[in-house]
Amino acid sequence: MTSRPLLALLFAGMLAIGPARAATSPDEILPDPALEARARALGKELRCLVCQNQSIDDSDAPLAKDLRRIVRERLLAGDSDAAIKRHLVERYGDFVLLEPPFKPATWLLWIGPFLVLLAGGGLALAFLRRRPALPAEPEELDPAERQRLEALLASDPRDRPA
Amino acid sequence: MSASLEQPAAARPSRRGWLFLLPVLAFAAVGVVLALGLGRDPQTLPSVLIDKPAPSFALPPLPGRDERGFSSADLGGRPMLVNVFASWCVPCRIEHPVLDQLAREGVTIHAINYKDAPEDALAFLRALGDPFTRIGADRQGRAAIDWGVYGVPETFVIDRDGRIRYRHVGPLQPRDLEQTIRPLLEKLAR
Repeated sequence: MTSRPLLALLFAGMLAIGPARAATSPDEILPDPALEARARALGKELRCLVCQNQSIDDSDAPLAKDLRRIVRERLLAGDSDAAIKRHLVERYGDFVLLEPPFKPATWLLWIGPFLVLLAGGGLALAFLRRRPALPAEPEELDPAERQRLEALLASDPRDRPA
Repeated sequence: MSASLEQPAAARPSRRGWLFLLPVLAFAAVGVVLALGLGRDPQTLPSVLIDKPAPSFALPPLPGRDERGFSSADLGGRPMLVNVFASWCVPCRIEHPVLDQLAREGVTIHAINYKDAPEDALAFLRALGDPFTRIGADRQGRAAIDWGVYGVPETFVIDRDGRIRYRHVGPLQPRDLEQTIRPLLEKLAR
């Protein structure tokens, strides 16, 4: 049996390591808080090409650290955010941007879901409009039908033909 | 009464029957796209530098090997390879015999030594052979970033105009040599 203090210790340990932290180390941080804020924001939009589904702000990979340093150097040199992204896109392609840009090659990617929704909605609408409305009231039985119904109701169920 | 809820039965199936194939076709199309995607290696990224001039750089030599180093001025004139390697990189050891083989055949191979201690790089070359014409020491890895390198080893094929024509990510295998590198070098040499 696991003892209660041990469980508590485990739980405390999990709490301690739980919260995700940015990979940016103190020696990278720029003295100007405004520039550092821009660097952090840019870092969250740039992909770490080694781990691929992490931003360079999140990643501990050495290449991510190098890219963070480049972002900060360009910021200190006075580059705009767009220019810094362009600098990296020239080297690593659009893949370095976590959010793909809106351009002819990605139109389908961005608009595709809405096209599918529109097509599906259109089909559903067409289907619903083509379906004939149910008659408001059942038709009256003609005399022959009424006669047959009454005969059936009057007869013993066990005598009815299947 | 019984006829009032039904469609005019005879006309419908023959005219609209193909509509029922639509979901099947859509499913098949998605299946084909996904099957093609399964065969791709997500770790291999296309280079944006293909058909563009190699970036400009000037790297210092490995001290003790030569005094030249490696810079963009060394590129072009004839088709050649640029290999990014490091002594700490295990796949680089795997591909090294392939590079040795190419060098023996007379192919010019330059190298960027990525984030390496010069003495480690020199020991690596002493142990495994030195197929490189020029070597530049990229201790900070900055030149490699200009080349769009995201992991070692990577190998670039450069044409006689100094443009990047092909990028291979990961260790070069004999198969890559036969299927891509040699045919491309032959094509570029014509």
